[in-house]
This record gives sequence, structure tokens and C-alpha cells, in this order.
Amino acid sequence: MSSAMLLAANEVAKVSTGEAISFWVLAPLALGGALGMIFARNAVHSALFLVMTMLSLGVMYMIQQAPFLGFVQIIVYTGAIMMLFLFVLMLVGRDSSDSVVEVLRGQRIWAAVLGIGLAGLLVSGVAEALTSVRPVGLNEQNAGGGNVASIGKSIFTDYLFPFELTSALLITAALGAMVLGYTDKSKRRTQRETADARFRGEHDRPSPLPGPGVYATANSVAVPALLPDGSIAPESVSAIIEATASRELAADVKSVAGSEPGPDAHALKAGSTEEGDK
Amino acid sequence: MTRAELLADDPIWLILLKVLFIFLFALLTAMITVWAERRLIGRMQNRPGPNRVGPFGLLQPIADAIKMPFKEEIVPRTADKVTYRLAPVIAGADDDRPVGVMPFGPEVSIFGERTVLQLVDLPVGALVVLAAASIGVYGVILAGWSSGTPYPLLGGLRSAAQVISYEIAMGLAIVAVILQSHSLSLGDIVDSQHGLWFGVALFPAFFIYLVAMVGETNRAPFDLPEAESELVAGFHTEYSSMKFVIFYIAEYINMIVVCAMGTTLFLGGYMAPWPISLIGDNYFNSGWWPMLWFIAKIGLGMFLFIWLRGTLPRYRYDQFMKLGWKFLVPLSLLFIVVLTIINAWPQMQGTGRLISVGFGILVLIGLAFMAPDRRDSRAGRVPMSGGGFPVPPIDLQIPNKPRRTRQARSRAGRRQTVAAGAKEGDDGVS
Repeated sequence: MSSAMLLAANEVAKVSTGEAISFWVLAPLALGGALGMIFARNAVHSALFLVMTMLSLGVMYMIQQAPFLGFVQIIVYTGAIMMLFLFVLMLVGRDSSDSVVEVLRGQRIWAAVLGIGLAGLLVSGVAEALTSVRPVGLNEQNAGGGNVASIGKSIFTDYLFPFELTSALLITAALGAMVLGYTDKSKRRTQRETADARFRGEHDRPSPLPGPGVYATANSVAVPALLPDGSIAPESVSAIIEATASRELAADVKSVAGSEPGPDAHALKAGSTEEGDK
Repeated sequence: MTRAELLADDPIWLILLKVLFIFLFALLTAMITVWAERRLIGRMQNRPGPNRVGPFGLLQPIADAIKMPFKEEIVPRTADKVTYRLAPVIAGADDDRPVGVMPFGPEVSIFGERTVLQLVDLPVGALVVLAAASIGVYGVILAGWSSGTPYPLLGGLRSAAQVISYEIAMGLAIVAVILQSHSLSLGDIVDSQHGLWFGVALFPAFFIYLVAMVGETNRAPFDLPEAESELVAGFHTEYSSMKFVIFYIAEYINMIVVCAMGTTLFLGGYMAPWPISLIGDNYFNSGWWPMLWFIAKIGLGMFLFIWLRGTLPRYRYDQFMKLGWKFLVPLSLLFIVVLTIINAWPQMQGTGRLISVGFGILVLIGLAFMAPDRRDSRAGRVPMSGGGFPVPPIDLQIPNKPRRTRQARSRAGRRQTVAAGAKEGDDGVS
């Protein structure tokens, strides 16, 4: 390597004051985010810490003359991928926490050993890059058509085949996910077919589920309906409501279920059968 | 000097001045929009709108700005406190960021300093809006989650899915513009519209952008994350006082940003519209005039938002997703391919042209397959007979109703008829 080229390379590698300030602001943020991601108890908080790390990295890319990479990092990683993570985490529910029981024996020890090994490899690689590799031709790449144009040219000339392979892989993955998650809705029975099946006895009950006893005793959908004999119709209250409010309702349920003295159910029943027979 | 060079030698006071202007511009325009929206919606709904505070109710936003922060702030007990406080900050801080890359005007002189009416001309300026939108939605989704109640959570989830989906359509619409302008820098994009605005030249992309921008900002008819009739107020149900104000303002600033972006990409940015640009040797395209056109075009976009809100009913969520993924995204992809072929046509040789024509035919065949079959007009209708249930025959003749005589029409006559009928009934018809 000629001395002139080395000189130019050194000039590129020199860190300006602004860059140094940004680095010392962003690097602790990125590291703190990474640590927070590991140690946060709540899964959503973990995800947010990871977002912070990714944002800091994105800004660092921008400062190091890779604006396209920086913005793509923000749009794709924090904008789309982490958003999907959050989406799933939120659907799972805020109160569910991971079980800390070890399923695989010795999992933690192996994780620690492999993690430290990976960290050692990464640090040695990065240290090598920082000490002995000099950036060459950064200014030439960013001049002229600019950063974006150079990236586009590289992707569509030198790296066309890997690029196309990657896109094929991604499309295959997306299609696979769609196939696995697809349920055929065209075979769903129509309203009429369901009604016919009900009367043929293919369903568990011929009629729809009874409505709640909203107008019978109270104005709440959590109140079960009463059957003609005065007992409650358990199906009339939605399973969701029963799961949350059944404990509070237990006394009410008992009182309408006939375990306490109530209306004479047998008289009512006998009367109704007589009417029906006529 | 080029745009980038002019911006690079801005002194620090000028940069601070521009930052201050951008900040005030975003906030003040948002306030004016709040007033204009309420007045215009009122007008469209045949009612006066706010008209008590100041002439034409002009001071209403200021009255609101005083009232809202003094309201009691209620934090739900179930809220995740840190995230709950963080969410409005993210939503509010992130939305006015892209105004910084918008070109408000060409080269001017401010206090003797030559500069461009733009804070910074990033080489990837067109991506800034997408990036800001993708961060800004964190504010919405975190607000929904951290409130700890179901309605905000549903609103937040809807918003996340909505913004991600429509960002794809919006990004693809922007790609069409980039293909024509050969640059991601917003200044260059405006400069390349000297002949014909991209809104005319690339009208499918413009159309897609217009729809996607409404979806992206959670505005009616796509305001599903805060659909009042379904989710109370959606993601900000549990927010009150100042935190609510921040969400409120953020929504309007977001609208301003997408309008400014649409103006820059498709409506010639700060350039004067066609008949005006002919006056006096393009006089109205020099100096400070372009800023007027830019702001006027943003106002036009805001009016479109308000008009849509006053006109269209809200979409159902699945229809909305279908529109995005099954119509806008394929349409923009197809348009990009067609645009590429049109651009490359003069340079193509015989084989290339043949391949393009073949591609076009393939697309047509594909579209023919995608067109839905004609729906059976009898599908879904209950059959008139058959199926084992007693139904009246299809050719059932219903006897005509006897004409009412004058006697029957008069009150006294009717009383007589009723009495006669009652007598008949007594005779034992039933």
C-alpha cells in the first residue's frame, strides 16, 4: 500500500468532535438498552429497550456516513419487525410472565458458556477491525451519485445473485407462513346448511344459545337466564364473563339455582306439560 | 452553489432560526387546522361550529389550549406508569421531525445570508417520513398497551397493523417518484418537477399516496384506532389533560407532515401552480413567493382531510385491510413495473421489447383470473319452495283487496261496518 493511500485512509478514519460526542451519547444508550432488554421483567419493556438499542445504532450509522443504512435500520427493524414483536406480546397479555423453571437440564450453564464464547469471538473480530483494518474509498463511494446510488449499483451488479437468492428465500418464507396459517373459509357452511344440520341433530343443540337473563332480574349480561323450572341456564352466560365474574356471582347463582327455597318448580312443570298435551 | 453547499455554510444562528420556525410552523398550523376543521365540518353538517370566542370563533384553539392542561389528570390504576408517561412524548416528539427535511422554498437571502428555505437536505430525505411514522406509531401502540384496559389495547393493536400495512403502500408510491427523479433528496425531487408535476405524470402513485396518507394518519374514514362507536376513543381513552392534548396535536402535526410530503413529492413542492408560473417570466417562483405556494398546497391537503372526514363513513376493519393489501399494494407494484418498462422502452432492443410485451400479456391474463366470477343472483336467497318446510307456492294468487267504498271511508260508516262484523262474529264464524 502506498503511503499516500495510507494517509488518505488515516484521514477517513479520524473521528471528528461531533462524531465523538454523538458516540459517547449513543453508545451508553445502546448498551443500556441491550442490558435492559435482558434484565427487564416485563416482556414489553424488554422489547422497548431493544427498540432503544436499535434506534441508537441507526443514528450511529447515519453519523458514520451511511444515512441509507441508518434510515432502513429504523424503518425495517424498529418500525416493522419490533412492531410485530410488540403486537404479539400485547396480544399475549400484559400479566403473563415467563416461567422461570428450567426445562432443559444445565441450560443456563451452557447458555453462559456459549454466550461468553460468542462475546469473545465478536470482541476479537471487532477489535481486529478497529485496529488493523483501514477504511478505503469511503469518500469516493459517497461522492457522485451518493450513498444510495452506490448501494443500488452494488446490489444490482456485483451482488445481484445473492440479492435475488435472499429475496427468493424471503418470499418462500412469507408464502410458507401464509400456507401454514391459512384456513379455508370457502368450505364454511351457510346459514341455511347450519340450520338444516341443527334440525337433523348434527349439532349439540337445535336452537341458538339462550340469551342472558337481562330483562328477567337485572340489567346485566352477567345474569344467567332462568329455565321454565326456575333453575339457571348455564349456557346463557358467556364463558368469558363466567371466567371473570363467576366468583362474585356465586351467591346470586345459588339463589336463582333453587338451592335456596324458591318458587315451586314442580307445580310449574306439571302445569306446563298439561297445557302442552292438550 | 448547490442546495447542499448552501445549507452546509449556514451559520448557527440561521440554523436555530430555522428550527424555531419549523417548530412554530408545525404547532401553529396544527392549531389553525383544529379551528378550520371544526368550522368546516360544521359548515358541511349545516351548523355553525365554534363561533363564541373571537370573530368566527378564531380564538377557540387558544381557549382550548388554556382549558385542556388545567383539567384533572386521571391515571388509571392498572396503567404501566413509565410507559404510560412515555407514550405521548414519543407520539408528540416524533411527528414534527420530518418537517425539518421539507423544502419550503428555493434560494433566498435572510439577513444578508444566502440560504435555502430548508433545514437540512438529507440524501435520503424521502425516507425520513416513513421512519418518523414508524417511530410515531410506537406512541400510539404504547399508549394503548400501557393504559391497561381493553379498549385502548384494541385501538393500539389496530393502529399498529394499520400503519405497518399502509406504510408499505405509501413506500411503494414513493418508489415510483424516486424512479422518475433519480434521487431520494427532497430538494432534487422538487427540482425534477419543473416540467410536469409528478401528481399528473404519475397519477396512480399519487392516488395510492393519497389513500395511504389517510390510512397512515389514522384519520376518518380510516380512523379505526379511535373509532368512537366501537372503541370509545381508542388508544387515548384513558388519557386526559395535557397528555391527551399532546396526542391531539400530534395527530394534526402528522397530517401536516404527510400533506407536506405529498406536496413535495407530487404537487411540485414549493413551485407555483401552472397559470401563475407563466406570469412575469416566472416571477412568482423566485424569492419568498414559493413558500406561499408550499403552505397553500399543504392547506389544500388539509382541506382534503377535513372534507373526507365530513363526507365518508368509517370503513370496517377487514375492508380497510383488504383495500390496503389486496388493492393498493398490488396496484403500486404493477405501476412500478409498468413505469420501469416505459422508462426503458427507448433503450430496449427487440428481445427486451418482446419480453416486456409478453410480461404485459401475462399480467392481463393474471388480472383476468383475478376478476371475480359473476355472482349467482340467486345465491343466498331463500328458495321459495322445497327443503321440507311448508312455504306458500310460488304462483300464489293473492286476491285483490276490495275497494273501499265511500261509506267505509267515512268515520260513521266504518263504525256501522264494524258493528255488522261483530254481529257476524257472534253468529259463530270462529
